[in-house]
Amino acid sequence: MRLLKLVPDNTNFDFMRWRNVALVLSIIVTVASIALVAVRGLNLGVDFVGGQMINVTFSRTAPIEEVRETVEGLNVGDASIQEFGDPKTITIRMGLPDGGDDAAAKVATRVREAIAAKHPDAKFTVDSVSGKVSNELYRSGAISVALAMLGIAIYIWFRFEWQFGVGALVTLFHDVCMTIGFFSLTQLEFNLNVVAAILTIVGYSLNDTVVIYDRIREDLRKYRKMEIVPLLNVSLNETLSRTMVTSLSIMFALLALLLIGPQVIFGLTIAIFLGIFVGTYSSIYISSPILVWLGVSGDSFLPKTSTGSAAKGGERVATPNEGY
Amino acid sequence: MLDFPRWKVWGISLICLIGVLLAVPSLFPAEQVAKWPKWVPSAQINLGLDLAGGSHLLLEADTSGLAKQRLEQMEERLRVGLRRESPPIDIGEISTADNKLTFMVRNPAQVDAAVEFARTQTQPAGLGPRDWNVDVLDQNRIVMTPTQAGLDQALTQAMDTAREVVYNRVDPDGTKEVTVIRQGDTRILVQVPGLEDPEALKTLLGKTARLEFKLVDQTASPEQVAQGRAPVGSQVLPMQGGGAIAVKRRAIVTGDQLIDAKQSYDQNNQPGVSITFDSTGAKAFGRVTRENVNKPFAIILDNVVLSAPNINEPILGGQAQIMGSYTVQTANELAVQLRSGKLPVELRVIEERTIGPELGKESIKWGGIAAGVATLAVILFMLITYGRFGVYATIGLILNALFILGILALFGASLTLPGIAGFVLTIGAAVDANVLINERIREEQRRGRRVLDAIEAGYREASTAIFDANITNVIAAVLMFYFGSGPIRGFAVVLMIGIVTSVFSAVNITRMLVALWARRARPRELHI
Repeated sequence: MRLLKLVPDNTNFDFMRWRNVALVLSIIVTVASIALVAVRGLNLGVDFVGGQMINVTFSRTAPIEEVRETVEGLNVGDASIQEFGDPKTITIRMGLPDGGDDAAAKVATRVREAIAAKHPDAKFTVDSVSGKVSNELYRSGAISVALAMLGIAIYIWFRFEWQFGVGALVTLFHDVCMTIGFFSLTQLEFNLNVVAAILTIVGYSLNDTVVIYDRIREDLRKYRKMEIVPLLNVSLNETLSRTMVTSLSIMFALLALLLIGPQVIFGLTIAIFLGIFVGTYSSIYISSPILVWLGVSGDSFLPKTSTGSAAKGGERVATPNEGY
Repeated sequence: MLDFPRWKVWGISLICLIGVLLAVPSLFPAEQVAKWPKWVPSAQINLGLDLAGGSHLLLEADTSGLAKQRLEQMEERLRVGLRRESPPIDIGEISTADNKLTFMVRNPAQVDAAVEFARTQTQPAGLGPRDWNVDVLDQNRIVMTPTQAGLDQALTQAMDTAREVVYNRVDPDGTKEVTVIRQGDTRILVQVPGLEDPEALKTLLGKTARLEFKLVDQTASPEQVAQGRAPVGSQVLPMQGGGAIAVKRRAIVTGDQLIDAKQSYDQNNQPGVSITFDSTGAKAFGRVTRENVNKPFAIILDNVVLSAPNINEPILGGQAQIMGSYTVQTANELAVQLRSGKLPVELRVIEERTIGPELGKESIKWGGIAAGVATLAVILFMLITYGRFGVYATIGLILNALFILGILALFGASLTLPGIAGFVLTIGAAVDANVLINERIREEQRRGRRVLDAIEAGYREASTAIFDANITNVIAAVLMFYFGSGPIRGFAVVLMIGIVTSVFSAVNITRMLVALWARRARPRELHI
């Protein structure tokens, strides 16, 4: 049986040739993302701004107009009422009402009761969050993303060298900016689930980066005399096949969730999907070139090369094109 | 590569067996599992509220109310206590402004005695200072300031009691699988699976349920009451259904002396609540009603007078009935509230999430299908990419999926909707370790190594990358769990479990399978 090989054996792609182009591109997109968030903002869900979101599912096509009239009749402030996913379900979103901490929950109750009285077949999911809680959720979400980035970067710094730690941090920053920028662009709802997705991206984007860094470290010990740029190319080509297979298999899995999974976690899934894509790109074009700019060379790992793989590497000092 | 010790084979097989056994109950319907023999594991995965349907309420205590309440209680204790001293200590100009209690002792010679008495009303707070500071100002003015330590301790106690009370109210029979936990200093989280309509629950929790019986002050003139003024020692309270009435400040009996409360009917078949006092409550009630026959007394709930009936004869048995405009349901709610005791602090709903059970079922269905399709897609991909080694990766993958289910069931962790996403993601990423290994084997073969050497080197060289890559994910997952709330936590739990099990299944299990095959087949060439 002939097995599938996504990357032919003698692939020797000159990734680094495009590094400056990629850098400019990435800077543009990152800046654009930040600008977009600054100008257009995010469509923050009730988790972060407070208020309520009520999903109502009917046993038939949802009577949006009737519901709109019912809600308007309650005089509880502006409500946005939209179809959600399928024609049987609508979502009612309302901002934070004036009043005490429990005002949001009280308004949610009134809306629910009014709709239930007119449409006994309606089923509800209610999310109602007070301003106090939403602020905390926002803060803890931001803190956890920042700490995750920092924690991972520090770990990489300890396991490798400081240049690799900086590279990891910049890569993560790039990926997170891009994902948040995507949410600003599409105005998809940005809620707690999306924060979970971003944390996942932080973890998995680094997955690729770490595997490539691992190989770079190995090759640095192996090909002591080689220039850094061709060496990065060697490492990237050696790991390319693995990068492709893993990224594709995760994408296949996520594609299933995107196409048939529940509507509620669409935001989470699309964020991870995008993150895997961006993460794969950035591990090649951001995290590796940074090592060039930060001056990583064969000497970076010198003190540690007395034992282990370096000794083995020594046995087969060879040109990068050896054997393939 | 070939020397894979026998004990290791047994060890790994045993772990696999346990993992699979733990997962099995979750794959069958609950009714069926209930019929299984006792020795078979039967713990099933706990579905999170978003999948099972139910209500999640986050309650916050009104701490300012608590401080105010403490001041009022201290004021009452001083008024009554100082009057009872011998000789009685006459005080005036009591104020509870600025969160402290100030009063003037009329006779300067009694200041020391008053301070002495005030000190007896304070207690050490924890290991630190006392819960109130007592100071003398301008020679005859006494100031009592609550200390922070005292406030903190009072809050902790109040929250513990509140948690207990909430639990008793939500689940009086202990039959529902409710979760009531304290969160932070001032919050209580209530989760009730299967509850689709949280309104009854919110009404139940929204009342303090402080029950008091007090005598009506008949000396108060209607004009005074209308203006909200009452004679000394009395207070004006609103009546249920409008109006107001003056009652004595001192309570004859309070809800603390209740031993039972249940819904009942009166002679006209109107729903009400029957209550029973303990012996001290019954005695006090008997004495006061005997002394006040033909005078009215007030039944007060949360500072609202429910009714003010006349005492026709002394009430001696320690039994009383609370009537009002109740339905069976509201009478029942009141009975539950009274039985569970009064809430020491007022609680407010600051976060509510309610998910209809049917929507939950829908989510499970599609989430399950998506997880299945994702697994199949990944398996197919592995098979056409790595052939025989893809089969091993697949076996590792399936076992990994079962391990995750088994561990979730074992620890009673809840599977949530984002948890399903975490599961799917883990499936996708779990093969990464195998991809790393297999790619490495391909590489070593290309370098001209012989089959067994290549396999050996593949597993060895890939291990550092596998380790580093997974640690970074663990860091993210741990932080997610620590800082996240609700959905994020559910996701983080699955992710953490998935990372650990996937490393085990992708490295140890496949390695064993490869070793067993290699020993038997002695392959000379390897297609990978």
